[in-house]
Amino acid sequence: MWHDAVLVAGKDLRIEARARVGLWQVVPFAVLVLVLLAFAIGPDQAALRHAAPGIFWVALLFSTVLAIQRSVAVESGEGTRDGLRLSGIDPAGIFLGKAAAVGLQLLALQLVLWAGMTLLFDVRVHVVWLAVVASLLATVGLACAGVLYGALSAGLRVRDTLLPLLVLPVLAPVLLAGSKAWEASLNGAAASGTQWLKILVPFAVIYLVVGIVLYGPLQEAG
Amino acid sequence: MAPVVHFRAAVALAGRFPALAGVDLSLHQGEVVVVMGPNGAGKTSLLRSCAGLLPVTSGEAVVLGVDLTEDHTSVRRYVGLLGHAAPLYDDLSAAENVRFATRALGLPASSADEALERVALTGRLRSTAAGRLSAGQRRRVALAALVARRPALWLLDEPHAGLDADSRTLLGRLIGEAVADGASVLLSSHEPQLSVPLADRVVAMAGGRVTGEEPGGRRAALSAVPTPRTDAGAVGIHVA
Repeated sequence: MWHDAVLVAGKDLRIEARARVGLWQVVPFAVLVLVLLAFAIGPDQAALRHAAPGIFWVALLFSTVLAIQRSVAVESGEGTRDGLRLSGIDPAGIFLGKAAAVGLQLLALQLVLWAGMTLLFDVRVHVVWLAVVASLLATVGLACAGVLYGALSAGLRVRDTLLPLLVLPVLAPVLLAGSKAWEASLNGAAASGTQWLKILVPFAVIYLVVGIVLYGPLQEAG
Repeated sequence: MAPVVHFRAAVALAGRFPALAGVDLSLHQGEVVVVMGPNGAGKTSLLRSCAGLLPVTSGEAVVLGVDLTEDHTSVRRYVGLLGHAAPLYDDLSAAENVRFATRALGLPASSADEALERVALTGRLRSTAAGRLSAGQRRRVALAALVARRPALWLLDEPHAGLDADSRTLLGRLIGEAVADGASVLLSSHEPQLSVPLADRVVAMAGGRVTGEEPGGRRAALSAVPTPRTDAGAVGIHVA
């Protein structure tokens, strides 16, 4: 399973490196969301600082949908879905590999968003470990849930419009917990921030396990 | 010896539609069987069922010793399917596509390089992104991926489509080599002049059923087969 996961993740990341969809579309989109939401809030620096964690996670969530759509699209070429099913690769390995590839892209995106937030909103993370742990856990959850729902919509003609409808409500707990954990880390309130990790941990674990178990049947049904 | 493919009254559904409506077919080791028939006859569905992509819902269906009515997925790593569309990632090079196929089965990179040689994909073509290759070249890359996997059962769905004369000759040679190695081949075709000479048997399909059978060019002299037109009836297959 792990060999297969590494193989699939390597393949997906190589394709992304060549296609540069992430670099030229997903990253600019995320930065655009960051800037537009900042415009919507206005020039009040205190209000921007207060809203910064929420803006960060909304931008990340919307960008996650794009990254997932891209991950699904890679396998939607004529013949490639059947090719993957015939490849002999364990479906659990495919799930883990695709989730790992999406997760690594999301981590890179968060670094960009973090930098953008620092520049635009003049915020500083005081409890770095809390922000990092929250980001890592959220990334696992977002990637696993996203790839799972991506597989669910993969065989549908309306998948591009359906996927956001399916996945955004599901990811709402990550938005909430991630925002609160980051707010705590910006305010230096580690104790209150760790409470929100209690939402992120089970979310990540549940979607990791459910994805490993269900990806194969979803791939067959798609 | 048990047949490589044993279908008896096999039924497979594509949605509610019976894509296979009681197929009887057997294929033995080292045998090449060509399936012919009009569009919608069930040729592609038969190949997809043999590959474990289209589940058989009733009847008997055993491929390479695997009962497809109980488990249709585990046979997949032992078969090679060349479908209408080449299963390639456009942003990966030809060589990377073939290596991905071989690494998935735990085969060494050398087996991919060797397969690329065998389909005459050399030089710059190997490092060209699959998305920039012509349809015929893409088909050759897909063929290389199939060759590299060394499947026990080759399932070729209209493999001559989009190939130039040299590639068609190459395909015939590869099929001959695979059969000499002990593989079996099930091939669907609309081009009897190209496929019948390769076949031990030619099977006609219509309406999701096998409707007739004749010796192919490997067994019978080609002259015994009437001049082909476009479908199974045209090659003189006796229709039951």
